[in-house]
Order: sequence, then structure tokens, then C-alpha cells
Amino acid sequence: MSVTTSSSLPSEALTAGQLPKHTAIAMLVVAVAITAGVLALFGAAGPASIIIVGALLFLVAMFALSGAVEGIRKAKDRMARYVVTGFFIIALFPLVSLIWQTIAKGLERMDAQFFSYSMRNVIGEGGGAVHAIWGTLIVTGIAGLISVPIGLFTAIYLVEYSGRGRLAAAIRFFVDVMTGIPSIVAGLFAYTLFSFVFGPGTNSGFAGAIALSVLMIPTVVRSVEEMLRLVPNELREASYALGVPKWRTIAKVVLPTALAGIVTGVVLSVARVIGETAPLLVTAGITSSLNVNPFADPMATLPVFVYYQYITPGVPQDPFYARAWAGALTLILIVMGLNAIGRLIAWKFAPKTGR
Amino acid sequence: MSKRIELKDLNIFYGKFHAVKSVNMTIEPRAVTAFIGSSGCGKSTVLRSINRMHEVIDGAYVEGQVLLDGVDLYDKAVDPVRVRRHIGMVFQRPNPFPTMSIRENILAGVRLNNTKISRSEADELVEQSLRGANLWNEVKDRLDRPGSGLSGGQQQRLCIARAIAVSPDVLLMDEPCSALDPISTLAIEDLIKELKETYTVVIVTHNMQQAARVSDSTAFFNLKAHGQPGELIEYGPTEKIFHNPDQKATEDYITGRFG
Amino acid sequence: MSTTDAEATTSQPNDTTDDLTSLRHSRRRFGDKVFKGISSGSGTLILVILAAVATFLVGLSIPALTADAEDLQYGEFWSYALPFAFGTVWAATLAMVFAVPVAIGIALFISHYAPRRLAQGLGYIIDLLAAVPSVVFGLWGINTLAPMMRPLYVWLADNFGELPVLGWFFTGPVSGTGRTILTAALVLAVMVLPIITAISREVFLQTPRLHEEASLALGATRWEMIRQAVLPFGTPGIVSACMLGLGRALGETMAIAMVLSPAAVIHFELLTSSNPNTIAGNIALAFPEAFGLGINQLIATGLVLFIITLAVNMTARWVLSRRKEFSGAN
Repeated sequence: MSVTTSSSLPSEALTAGQLPKHTAIAMLVVAVAITAGVLALFGAAGPASIIIVGALLFLVAMFALSGAVEGIRKAKDRMARYVVTGFFIIALFPLVSLIWQTIAKGLERMDAQFFSYSMRNVIGEGGGAVHAIWGTLIVTGIAGLISVPIGLFTAIYLVEYSGRGRLAAAIRFFVDVMTGIPSIVAGLFAYTLFSFVFGPGTNSGFAGAIALSVLMIPTVVRSVEEMLRLVPNELREASYALGVPKWRTIAKVVLPTALAGIVTGVVLSVARVIGETAPLLVTAGITSSLNVNPFADPMATLPVFVYYQYITPGVPQDPFYARAWAGALTLILIVMGLNAIGRLIAWKFAPKTGR
Repeated sequence: MSKRIELKDLNIFYGKFHAVKSVNMTIEPRAVTAFIGSSGCGKSTVLRSINRMHEVIDGAYVEGQVLLDGVDLYDKAVDPVRVRRHIGMVFQRPNPFPTMSIRENILAGVRLNNTKISRSEADELVEQSLRGANLWNEVKDRLDRPGSGLSGGQQQRLCIARAIAVSPDVLLMDEPCSALDPISTLAIEDLIKELKETYTVVIVTHNMQQAARVSDSTAFFNLKAHGQPGELIEYGPTEKIFHNPDQKATEDYITGRFG
Repeated sequence: MSTTDAEATTSQPNDTTDDLTSLRHSRRRFGDKVFKGISSGSGTLILVILAAVATFLVGLSIPALTADAEDLQYGEFWSYALPFAFGTVWAATLAMVFAVPVAIGIALFISHYAPRRLAQGLGYIIDLLAAVPSVVFGLWGINTLAPMMRPLYVWLADNFGELPVLGWFFTGPVSGTGRTILTAALVLAVMVLPIITAISREVFLQTPRLHEEASLALGATRWEMIRQAVLPFGTPGIVSACMLGLGRALGETMAIAMVLSPAAVIHFELLTSSNPNTIAGNIALAFPEAFGLGINQLIATGLVLFIITLAVNMTARWVLSRRKEFSGAN
């Protein structure tokens, strides 16, 4: 009954040896059930072990069954399908688990107090993260003010002015290199820069903004460059043919056409750096009170706040953990929100083609 | 408006590649001149050299002269950008600016150069240009809608309106109908016959019948062999080129012996 | 005719004067010069920033490398740094062992197995993982993953801890909290998964239909077609995707700093509570307490990390650029 090569032509060979349609699902259920039963007998039945062993049992059984009925080639094909599907499901687990956990544990402190109080004079219960939220807004805002113009104009240079020049090739290569700088290294750079200029041990929000800019600029450059390349060359030509100089063509035709994509790219870059902890640890540091001056004194930011609340809690520990989770939830909401806004803008504001 | 163009010993290069060799011709004002020839023979290249558009490509340059009513457009002192304000161009694929309304598209030539005109002058210009392009009646009620929301033929007429809104002396058209359906094509051909009363029109087309229908004079370009520069083989009244050409190559092309 | 500024001319663009004056350049187009200057200046600024990063790191590392051991907060530099270098590479390698097969599988799933209409949505879902901040991954690692993995660790230690080679990895006693380098590597794997998946996905989608159809026409099953056409075509892309993921794993700080319980050791034990820390994780932990030349030492370790990730990333980019189709630019 084993059909290993299907080189025979009679019509049965085209339809012979196929497992019925829902065999896989049925087998999966059976395998898991058997595993659960057997493991329970040994007292080792936990959800994880049932799933893992059950899955393995399923794979082995299906392989044997399919190999016998459908042939080894089809059996391998099935295995491949089940394995890649399984991998996808495995990847979903951390995502779901993480979001679930964060929501479950973070909701406890998602109250008005969390968003209006800092940690000033707070020893145990109470307090909030308003200083951290402000810090994140200020630091990220300044980083954006620095990164967006530099990134935008560099991308304009790469697309509109240089073509094959050597400076352009160097810039492109090093922008790619910059995307690989570890975030802690960017933080160390900003720290050393400020130590050099202002003396050792200077913590400030601005130093943090510089560190974030090092991380943000390359992503802005790459996404804006991509957007500018999408603008059809014919639009530039139409503008030149009207006698419009190059810089006006860029400013008034190319940029407006690419605007939606550029905004999306910027929003996504912000989303990427707003959750960075390591560089801010060594530059902006942490403090318990609200500090809105980015040029002096440590400034708390949301990720660093979460980190310290969790890793160095006071006594009792629980309020600190609760605040940490609430901060984590806030952070996730902000980042996911920015991502959603970015994609929404791209979708809604692409150059109008409607009637 | 409407000036005479003379090409004197025009040679066009893309970097080291000699694309077009030694073109000499005079293009009459208030007439339509057609450039015909097979693909790659240089007709679009010559067209684009008239308003110095080929310079947009890195490394492209020109030897020889292009005279607009006696003024050499390639004189060292001349700014290519300004040349293009006197010579308008319509492209193969309609390219209205997607972020602008119909009205703004027409006014683009004016607005992009920061020229100040009053609201009423602008309105007048828009109407005038759209009428000149035979598009006014179709869009007069939706001037503020996007330019890209029109059909292909309408978009192309919009581009023509945009080009004539700056009152050029010459109108260059690079295969303006090749992306359009037959009905739109006819509409544009009718428009071209009207435009020639005001402008000097030069049109590149690979459709011989179109050239025969629309133009007063025709120039036939060809390559001697692959890799060789394109040349002007014959130039004369359309009637003559199509019925009684001097050169054998012209006759072969017209009668379809090669494409 | 006023031509003081080429841009704000008050005369109509169609000057009817027939001389050269109306066509003449006016002060070599000021606006163009300024604009181009700003643009090329920004580009150059990037090169300057990068040079500055390198310079400052090197500059402030030198004191740590040249001073006597007694003066250093952390003692002799290389014996201090080596365990961290080892830990960095070891943790990243472990992460890659888990991440690469799963990422490729997911990429294949999305590009060749999932229903077409869902493919983009599924891609977005995986990309969501990339949006989660690392500190949240750290919290999850400590709270959920570590306790969850612990029973498995106990089982592994009980069954394999005494065996010859496997014992190096699985020896006990198992950490009470489950916060071992293996757990940290798993968190790291989840973090780099989206990068590898995204690039691999793109690569697989670009397999020429011609090759795929040739394979199918020979009667290949889907898996055979993937092995014949898709994977060979995509190998360079997969390699560079992995290298980019590796670069990310090498540089990751917070997940390690939070999940690992560190000790200055070099060994391969995966299940115990004495784990080699990584350079990045160590900097995060030690920086607040560092003073004097200790700070320089930490910066020097950062320099070591920078060089390692630089080498990995540059190689990845080079491989990517040789396959122009995947570089994104056209």
C-alpha cells in the first residue's frame, strides 16, 4: 500500500491514497487527549507539558499515518505545513501572554492619581508617574525636533541631489551602520559628550534626547528616503517643464506628495525610541520629582521609571510593582497607539485619487 | 507668443554616448510640426533638448544651437529654468500633481514661481486655460476636486491647460496620446489643431496616421544602425513626406517596411 | 524688469521681450544653493555624529585601558571584561538558536502557507512584537516566563544534568526563580523574531514565480517546491536577516539586565542561578554605582560591544547589498 513514487499513470494513481479531509484535526484532538490522560496518570499533567508532548505525539502519529496512506513525500509535506503553522502559533504565545499580563496587572493603578502625582515624598502606597510621563514627552519631543530635520534633509540629499555620488554612498552606508548601534552605546556616547563639555556625572533630559536622536535619525532617513523614491519622476519633470527651479519642485511638489508617508515614517520612528530604556538610564537618570527643565538635573522617563520601580522597590514591594505594571501598560498603549496612528495616516492620506 | 525655432547643427550626448547627430531644421510658428521615426531614434531626445529638459539627466549635454526667434537657448548666460517658462511641455503619461485640485494644477506654473496675481485674475486664467484645452465645460463645476480624479483623456487635457496657463511661446508634446483611448486621442488631436493658431506646436508621435492628420510639417528621424546616433533623415511639408518623400528610408518607414 | 530675486518676480513668466535678459541666470539661483547646502550639510552631519560617537568612546576608554589595576574600580580591565564579552556572545547565540528556525518557519507560513488575504494581517501581528518596549519584555520575562520554564528546567536537570556532554548545559541546582541565561535567551529570541521574520518574509515573497512554477510543474509538493526554489533563492537574504537579528541580540540591554541573575563566571550552565552577564546588561546594572575610572571601564566595555555589533552589522549590510533586490532602495 505504500506509494513512494507516483509515476504510474492509470487514473487510480491520481486519486489513490489520500487521507480524508479532517484527519489532521481529529488526530490532534486524539493526541492531546491521550497525552492528557497518560500524563495525569503520572501526575505530571500541566498545560505546558500536555501541549508540548501532545504536539509531538500528533506529529509522530500523523507522519506515520500519512506515510503509510499517502506516501513519504506527502507525509513530509504535511509535516512541513504543521511545523510552520505551529511556529506561528508559538510566536503568538508571548505576544498574547505579554499583553494579557500587562493589562491584567497594570489596570490596578490606571487611576487618576497615577497620572497626576509624581513619586515625590512617596514611600509606599500612592504616588504616580506624572513626572515620568512628562519626562518622556519632553525628551522624545526634543529628540524629534533634532532628528526629523536632519533626517529629512539627509534623505532629500540622497534622493534628489546626489544619485551616484561618493558622499551619498558613504552617507547611505553609515546610516545603515547607525541603525545597528546598540542603544546603550548611544547612551554612553551622549553621556561622554556631556561629561566632556559640562563635567562628569551630568544627568539631563537633553543628554537623553541626544542619545535618542542617535537612534532616531537613521530610521527617519531610511523611511523618508523610501517615501521620496516612491514619488514618480514624472511629477518632478512636469514641474521642471513649467520652469520651476529644483528647490521649489522639491518643496512644493515632491514633499507634499510624499507627506503622508513621511509623517508615518516619523511617527513610527518616535514609537521606536519612546520605549528605549538603556540610553536614558545613563543620561537622564531617574528622579522622584517632576523636572521640566531638560538642560539641568536628572529627568524621569516612563521606561526608566518602570525599571526602577520594579527592580528597586521599597518596602512594602507591592505598590511599587503595581506602579511598574501601570507604567508598562501606559507605555504599551502609547507605542501601539503611535503605530496605529502612523498606519492610519498612511492609509487615509495617500495622495487623493477619489472623484 | 508663437516663435520660430531653429536647430543648428544640434548634437546631443548622454555622457559619452552620442545620441543624436547634427540636426538642422527650422520649425515654423503657428504650425504643428511632427517628429516621427522608430523607437530609440532620438525624436524624444531632440524634443527635450528644445526646452533643455534632457539636462535633468546626469551627464547629458548638447553641442550646437537652439534658437528661439534668434535667441540661442544654449548661450552660457541662459538659465535653463527660465527657458522652460517660455516653452511648455506635455508628457506621454498625464501627470497632474496629485496633491492639488484642478484649479491649483492650472495655476501651478504661476504659483510655484511665487508670482502674485489677484484672485480674479487667477479665476480668469483658469477659465481661459481650460477653455483653451477644451476642458472647461467638463470640469467647471469641480475645480476644487483633485486633479487625479479625472479620466486619462481629461487628465491629459488638464496637463495641456496647465502648460498653456503660463502663456508659453512653444508647446512641446511628447507622444501625448499614446496612453489614451481612441476617443480621447481624437479629442486631443482636435485640440492640437486649435492650439496651433496661438502657439508653435511640436509633437513627437510613433503613430504615423496621427502625424498625417495633425501636422503641417513632418520630420523623420532614424538610426543608421544599432548603436549609432540618431539623425534627421528628412524634413518637409507633411503632404510631401507622406506621399512623395525624397529619401528611400523615409519611404520605407512610411509604407511600413520597417517599424 | 526687476530681477533682483529670481523667485518673487512681479512680472509675468512670459516676458515678451525677445532678448536674452529674460532668460538670464540671476545670481546663480540662490534658493537652489541654500537648499542643496542644507541637504548635503545634514548628510555630512550624520557622518560627523558617527565619527563623534567613535571618537568619544575611544577617547574615554583609553584611561581605563592604560591605568594600573589598583586604580580601577573593577580591577584589571580584560579580566573584568572577558566574562561579559563571553556572556554577550553566548546569550546572543542561544537566542539565535531558538529564533532562527522559528522565524524562518513563520516567514514561510506567511508567505507560502497562509491564505493570501490574511497574509498582510498576520505579518502585522508578528510586527507587533517589535513594538513592545524592551522593559516590558523584561517584566514579562521575570514574571511569566521564568516561573513557567522552571518546571521544565527541573525536569532537564533531573534527567540530563549528570550526563557527559549535556551535563555542561543542564547541570543543577536549578535556579529558584527560573531567572537563568536560558530564560533571558528565550526573551531575546522573542525580541529578535520580528526582525528576522520581516526580512525573510520579504525575501520569500520575491522568489521568482518562474522558479516556483517550474518546481510545481514537475509534480513537487509544496514543501519540495520550497526546498527547491524558495530557500536556495532566499539564502543570502536569510543570512543577512539573521545577522541583523544577531546584531540586535548582541546589543539588547534591558531584557538581560532584568531577567538574568548575574555572576562573573564563564560557563555553559543554562539552568543555574549563576549566569554570565552581558556587556550591555552589566553596564545597565553597574553604571549608577560607578565612579571615577570605573565609569571609563564601563565605557570601554561599551566600546568592545560597539566594535562587535559594528562588525556583525556591516557584514550583514554587505551581504544584503549584494542582493540588490532586497535592499529596498531602487
